[in-house]
Amino acid sequence: MVNILRRNNVRITGKPGGRPMMFAHGFGCDQNMWRHVAPAFEDDHQVVLFDYVGAGDSDLSAYSPGRYSSLDGYVLDVLEICAELDLADVVFVGHSVSSMIGALASIREPHRFGGLVLVGPSPRYIDDDGYVGGFTEQDIEELLDSLDSNYLGWSSAMAPVIMGNPDRPELGAELTNSFCRTDPEIAKRFARVTFMSDNRADLPKVAARSLILQCSNDVIAPVEVGQYVRDAIPDSELVLMQATGHCPNLSAPAETIAAIRAFL
Amino acid sequence: MAAGDVPLIPGGGFEDLYENAPCGYLSTLADGTIVRVNRTLADLIGYRKDQLVGRSRVQSLLPAGDRIFYETHFAPLLALQAGVREIAVELKRADGGRLPVLLNAVMNDEPGRPATVRICVFPATGRREYERELLRARQRAERSEMEARELARTLQRSFIPPALPEVPGLDIAGAFRPAGDGDEIGGDFYDMHETVGGWALTLGDVCGKGVEAAVVTSLARYALRAAPLRQPSPSAILADLNATMLREHTPRFLTAVYTRIGPGETTPFRLTLCLGGHSPAFHVHGDEVRRIGVPGTMLGVLPQVRLTDVDVGLHPGDVVLFCTDGVAEGRQGTEFFGEERLERILAASRADDAASICKRLMDEVVTFQAGLPRDDIAIVVLKVPD
Repeated sequence: MVNILRRNNVRITGKPGGRPMMFAHGFGCDQNMWRHVAPAFEDDHQVVLFDYVGAGDSDLSAYSPGRYSSLDGYVLDVLEICAELDLADVVFVGHSVSSMIGALASIREPHRFGGLVLVGPSPRYIDDDGYVGGFTEQDIEELLDSLDSNYLGWSSAMAPVIMGNPDRPELGAELTNSFCRTDPEIAKRFARVTFMSDNRADLPKVAARSLILQCSNDVIAPVEVGQYVRDAIPDSELVLMQATGHCPNLSAPAETIAAIRAFL
Repeated sequence: MAAGDVPLIPGGGFEDLYENAPCGYLSTLADGTIVRVNRTLADLIGYRKDQLVGRSRVQSLLPAGDRIFYETHFAPLLALQAGVREIAVELKRADGGRLPVLLNAVMNDEPGRPATVRICVFPATGRREYERELLRARQRAERSEMEARELARTLQRSFIPPALPEVPGLDIAGAFRPAGDGDEIGGDFYDMHETVGGWALTLGDVCGKGVEAAVVTSLARYALRAAPLRQPSPSAILADLNATMLREHTPRFLTAVYTRIGPGETTPFRLTLCLGGHSPAFHVHGDEVRRIGVPGTMLGVLPQVRLTDVDVGLHPGDVVLFCTDGVAEGRQGTEFFGEERLERILAASRADDAASICKRLMDEVVTFQAGLPRDDIAIVVLKVPD
């Protein structure tokens, strides 16, 4: 029997019985990405935070390359958490690749999802005939090299120490870059799954009401891509944010919260 | 401050310390817009300072892969913990070349001022090349390990026939389970083939594991296949194998059971079997489980071997089990699976078909060892249907 809540390090806060809001992190970090945003919804929502298997404080032993060889494995994580908590009418807030994971989950089990907030979504990162995703396959190979170079100091022996003691930051403080640490092999696989995926054909099937939060100057998901997503999802609106970069949830939490509030 | 007012600091004034520091220095706004660079950095990447300041974002100095890394790792880390260290990226130089660097950065977020990021840039060409070498070496090692594992598994599969032959009137099943997670090749084997006037079943266990054991297993398997053409009795065939092993100076010894299966005079089948150092087979007849075979000398060690043929008649309903010591010697802590347990399972399942008996025994042995057997397990079951 798999304990899904432990497996995905699920944290539930906010108003019991309130409308569920599920915050999902993207490639590169974990639920910490939402620390400035999620608390703002705790007064009137049941807030669900989690880490995908392989990220953050999830159960790394539950990672299997087969299950997570496509976004489907991550979609299953979301749906299994929803089933375990018996959630319905969820507002799913997904950052980066999680926007697509949320979109796929809502297609698979529409009754669970009442709304999607897609923060910096991209259905395909690699340029294609007539479509500009912003990257080439060569770029993605370079990213994998970059990940290799930056995980040289990663020690699997240290990971449990950091991950098992979130309330004792001094343990992690001696280690540089202690947030968002991931097993390098898992990070590379997730990078490949993320940046090689193509979900353009899925977007028209999304029935849930959707908000696209598009940053200015986002090199990962440019404005054109956000507009593509808006045009493809039937019931969707796009908000162009002042915030720049790819992580408005960290760089501009107030603007992010306001935009989500307006959507709700 | 006029130039003449700069206090005399040994090694140069602050401006000089900044501009000509032994590392590149770069300040950006939170969105990456470059607001200040020192001369060292400008020289390192071949730009004039005025080409960078206010005009470029640090992301635009990075190749695409590093740019993604910057946005998905570097920027979030800076926001979450206010500083990052030893980030390895490359900077694009004005001449199109690339400069491998390490970055340390701190977020400077004082109230009333726009947040800035201060980044130190350390050229790291040699170090990064060395790290890449290490990485390549590790990848090579991982690849070799994978190939060795694959080779072991492929070779192992060749020791076990994909299917046992059909013998009219006899129900036959075999099963094999490698030790642990199957990464290392073991020496268990079995084989069955048609001979003049009957069938031959061999099952054996070469001492040890790894390549040397595999070589001996191959030799034994082929020698046993070829032998019946020349030798009439199981004991003569095993003696022949013993001689072959000594002649070839094989580095490992083995135990084996050789069984000839043919029609009986008063029973549907008659077995003639010989044990070369191998533990006896089990014969289930009615409610009785008997061990059959006369213990003999293991093969590949001594020039003189004592080997004895034993005849056994098989009646309808009889079951015969051949297995390697991975069954009886399966362990759970200090407790052995043991032959008594094995006999109990045989007695309890004797009414089943050969495949069911085989599967049940394998399941019990593997479960007994918590799913990770310490030794290879090979099992062959013969059953004369009622």
